Amino acid sequence: MLRSLIIAAALFGPSAALAETLAITNAHIVTEGPAGEIASGTIVVKDGMITAVGASITPPAGARIIDAHGGIATPGLIAIGAPIGLSEVSEGVPETDDSSTASDQISAAFDVQYAVNPNSLVIPVARLGGITDAVITPGERRSRATRSESLMFNGQAAVIDLGSGMDLLRKTQAGMALDMGEDGARRAGGSRAAQFVILKALLQNVRDYEKTKANYDLGLSRALSLSQPDLEALIPVVEGREPLIVSVHRAADILQVLKLAREEKLNIILEGAEEAYMVAPQIAAAHVPVMVHAFEDLPASFDQIGATLTNPARLAAAGVALAIENPSFYTGARTPRVDAGRAVAHGLPMSVALASITITPARIFGVADKIGSLEAGKDADIVVWSGDPLEPLSAPTAILIKGVEEPLRDRDLDLRDRYMAIAGLKPAH
Amino acid sequence: MRFSGVAAYAALAFVALAGSGAIAGKPTPDPAPAKTEAPKPLPPGLDPEANPDPYPSTYRPTPSPMVAIINADILDAGAPEIPRGTLLMADGKIVAVGPAVAVPEGAKVIDAKGRTVTPGLIDPHSHLGVYPSPQVEAMSDGNEATDPNTAQVWAEHSIWPQDPGFQHALAGGVTSLQILPGSANLFGGRSAIIKNVWSDTAQGMKFPGAPYGLKMACGENPKRVYGSKGRAPSTNMGNVAGYRAAWIRARDYKRKWDDYRAKVTRGEKADPPLRDLQLDTLVGVLEGKIRIQNHCYRADEMAQMIDISHEFGFHITAFHHATESYKIAALLKREGICSVTWAEWFGFKMESFDAIEENDAILQRAGACVTLSSDDENLIQHLNVEAALAMAAGNRAGLAITRPEAMAWISLNPAKVLAIEDKTGSLTPGKMADVVIWSGDPFSVYSVADQVYIDGNLAWDVRDPVYPPKSDFMLGQPAAIAIAGGAS
Repeated sequence: MLRSLIIAAALFGPSAALAETLAITNAHIVTEGPAGEIASGTIVVKDGMITAVGASITPPAGARIIDAHGGIATPGLIAIGAPIGLSEVSEGVPETDDSSTASDQISAAFDVQYAVNPNSLVIPVARLGGITDAVITPGERRSRATRSESLMFNGQAAVIDLGSGMDLLRKTQAGMALDMGEDGARRAGGSRAAQFVILKALLQNVRDYEKTKANYDLGLSRALSLSQPDLEALIPVVEGREPLIVSVHRAADILQVLKLAREEKLNIILEGAEEAYMVAPQIAAAHVPVMVHAFEDLPASFDQIGATLTNPARLAAAGVALAIENPSFYTGARTPRVDAGRAVAHGLPMSVALASITITPARIFGVADKIGSLEAGKDADIVVWSGDPLEPLSAPTAILIKGVEEPLRDRDLDLRDRYMAIAGLKPAH
Repeated sequence: MRFSGVAAYAALAFVALAGSGAIAGKPTPDPAPAKTEAPKPLPPGLDPEANPDPYPSTYRPTPSPMVAIINADILDAGAPEIPRGTLLMADGKIVAVGPAVAVPEGAKVIDAKGRTVTPGLIDPHSHLGVYPSPQVEAMSDGNEATDPNTAQVWAEHSIWPQDPGFQHALAGGVTSLQILPGSANLFGGRSAIIKNVWSDTAQGMKFPGAPYGLKMACGENPKRVYGSKGRAPSTNMGNVAGYRAAWIRARDYKRKWDDYRAKVTRGEKADPPLRDLQLDTLVGVLEGKIRIQNHCYRADEMAQMIDISHEFGFHITAFHHATESYKIAALLKREGICSVTWAEWFGFKMESFDAIEENDAILQRAGACVTLSSDDENLIQHLNVEAALAMAAGNRAGLAITRPEAMAWISLNPAKVLAIEDKTGSLTPGKMADVVIWSGDPFSVYSVADQVYIDGNLAWDVRDPVYPPKSDFMLGQPAAIAIAGGAS
């Protein structure tokens, strides 16, 4: 009995451990909060939360000290748009990939919260890129059956932390993913001229369903074109309580989507948005935030002939709230920070770049009360860096998630150490 | 008729034997009759050796001015860094590099204070042109996925020179690249090595004198593509059987041509074998003229490929992707095989599950040849950042990778993989003047290529939208207002 308890304690590890009282000292703190940038200061962490941040804070007695030695401390980075915890091996092992579905019954009701695997080997890899939290969004629907192909919505996103606990969910139903442009048009029979019409009809279906649920349950309502779980899932969207994450690329489509949102009173987030800079004033005026890939600059499709590396900078200059997305998951799980740096090379102010992977996505997805900045009262998701966090030569030297200091290890390093030993290679220092 | 022909061949045989002195113990034939008519060549296209370069490069660099880049921090492949140095180029070639190079009168002087000069970058694994932007089915020409052996296809016949990706790669400092067929097949076809110059034909981009590569592929891709069609290969052992069967046919084909040529040389009547484009390419490998560029992820599969190369007598130049090369660094060093890698990609397939960030650094320290590559139209624009990431991972492991070593991963080492290292890949005097001026340290994400020179000519200038000429496809498109938007 005792033995099994010990094993259980070992298994649950740091997550079961009470978060200790910690103080990060001698840190150059970029708070992304009201305190701004603190050239040298201290962050105090207690019970998993930040209790104080400032230049002249004395660590509480008994606190374990993490000396940053002048290193930069930032809020933990927030990865957005990556299926972290949902997908282990994307190609050739579809049984490990829960990021999308081909079901002909479930589209909007698809909900990533049920598929998060806290033991995913990808989580520690991303964590070593300084990522402490993630907005995980459903991938594009898998095409299989004809009816399945015609379903519009990809499903609902969630916000998770990347700690070593077993319950990573921070927020569920954080957004409803929808593809417009060429991908969406394909599902509407090949034309966006059909997709907008179908979409408006679907939203009307949801409103009708909401008003006449009793009749629906009695089988008295007219035929609705979505399954009941899909209809239910879309109620918060038509009520404007859950944002609609719209993947859209060409400028003309973006304007149509803004119009649709205005007419249907939807709360939307633009995703992809490679040509958004062409209509930046309209996006800013509509107070619609944008998620972009900072490396997209090729006419990969006719939807993004105008793609350019200056898109993030131009959107920011127009006053659009900007979040920089993870690059393709497996090719850049560790490096959204470097992508943010890339946008700086093409005109994005450095302060906006860091905000675009911390506080801005936290605000966009409604979790800024907990994460995204270093402020008393927020969760202690903090990264200390060896240098400028946006530079490829830098790396985290300490990572805290909900006040727990995570080990700087992943499976990559286990392989590295095994094969360096086999090759007889010893560290030079 | 018959007789006169034999006499002519015999005359030729004598010349050849006298020249080589190869046949010991045989009596030297008497001098042949005076008539020394050359053997009649086969009709055009039937003799693979008659015209080994039927689609020749038409790239001729335009005359270039004398340019001196002064006050530059010079970061060359594998050479000590030179702070505040000078690089002099003229007539398309690098003339001098050093801390105190005299600037001749008449040279155009560029003050690169605070900026860094490096060799032009080289990407040994790209699909630009064969999988161009826009990525539409109509121009998806990179995989002839109709048979597991398509050694007969040549990537240059699929290259669309108007792919706008070429200009974007140039903005990332890439001056030479290898365009490979895809990896659907065991034998995917010949690669094309090109200079990143604007041209309206593939021939106008081809790197003069560069040898061909042959794309081979291990592992999951071929067995998935053909297994799903209900045909071989569907397993790794099926893959290996497919390689071996092909090399047997290649050896047999080579024997037939050798026999034919020997008979002709002896003046005997001989029927030429029917030319086979697929086997021509494989024989080119057996004769050391074509270099094997082998897509192969796993260490165990690489070891199998090495044994196959020994069985049939050829050399593998490089394993591409090579995510597990770090596991067999000593074997790769012994065999003289380069690894063409990514810095970060991992886990997207089972065969990349063990990919680690330290692959390049471990290979470097173990003394094996290693390069980075893109395999991607976006990544090719940021190879300098890839090198920085891989170097940093190695240095966190204590492997003490130097900056010139990391620079070699994206310049001189890929030049070696492509057999163009005597012409480009470093700032050595006499080499092609393929040069990048970076706005700052190329290992910083904030730096961009300010200027790129190819054969001494300005090819990219971040401040002048005239360089490079846009792809025809981009003319009149809305991005025309944005594409040159580098550093603002």
